Amino acid sequence: MMTASDQQPFIDAGIADLRPYAITQGRTVPTHELDLITLVRARSSAHSPPQGLVEEAVFVLCRSEARSIGELSGRLRQPVHAVKIVVSDLIDQGFLIPSMAGEDEDARNPIVLDRILEGLREL
Amino acid sequence: MPVTPSSWTGSLKDSENSDAPLTPWKILIAGGFGAGKTTLVGAVSEIEPLLTEEILTQASIHTDSVHGVEAKTTTTVALDFGRITLARQRMVLMLFGTPGQERFWFMWPDLAKGAVGAIVLVDTRRIEDCFPAVEYFLSKELPFVVAVNHFDGADRYKPEEVHTALDLPPGTPVVLCDARDTTQGRDALITLVQHAHDLAIRNRRPVPCPPLSRSTHA
Repeated sequence: MMTASDQQPFIDAGIADLRPYAITQGRTVPTHELDLITLVRARSSAHSPPQGLVEEAVFVLCRSEARSIGELSGRLRQPVHAVKIVVSDLIDQGFLIPSMAGEDEDARNPIVLDRILEGLREL
Repeated sequence: MPVTPSSWTGSLKDSENSDAPLTPWKILIAGGFGAGKTTLVGAVSEIEPLLTEEILTQASIHTDSVHGVEAKTTTTVALDFGRITLARQRMVLMLFGTPGQERFWFMWPDLAKGAVGAIVLVDTRRIEDCFPAVEYFLSKELPFVVAVNHFDGADRYKPEEVHTALDLPPGTPVVLCDARDTTQGRDALITLVQHAHDLAIRNRRPVPCPPLSRSTHA
């Protein structure tokens, strides 16, 4: 498939070489409860990106579309846990908004599964 | 994405509005080492597959008698990540290729939490490699299907034979799936979601007053 691959924002390859504890400034606990599949997007009112190489990269990625924690981790080539801490900071600073869509839905709901099926068949 | 003429929006449900947030859903791709998990994620994902690295800390199994100081071990596990956006449904499927070795069992509860289900990839040359995944998903009642990834030169088995060899509960689908093939991968996903749907209907608790509206989106 690979339809969205050629329009991805540029990511500084140097980010992958940073030590996770340097990125999180030694912190180990994110301030928000974020899951691997939690989606975050950039707040449209935030015009200038945040300070910091990693922070800016996360913000730029989330400006073009909502991204999951898992995807951000893969793109930055940084561990999930470090990404959760950075994303939490950016939520606290008003740069990112976590998407609350579907929080009360569950994967055992036949209606949800029906819609997933419908979507897969339309691909 | 085409711009929707404003005259249409009245007939569209909110959930089909292209500005509506996407709901994420998780699907696991499990199986033994080298069974084709990375290949399958890459075949069905709309983005180039990514490696997502998680550092996990686990209380050590060996309890050293160091006055209650619990030893901890950290393990780095790499998950394959891919995604499929279902634009009209405002949903995005997140695919995670998960390490199948038994030593990673401790991380599965987190991964399995809230998941739609799992595809267990089987390499018929090493069918026993998928036992841990099958056992785990059975014990957690997570819907799963078995996808037999036939490698060149491997003996070919019928789905029924694999079903028997794995001693699967009746009704658990077994499909043949070339992990390199996008269409076959998508079909395996459809089989999984259909199976999850059937189980959900069967296990549904009786509701005193069923809702009249199909729409559950906020």
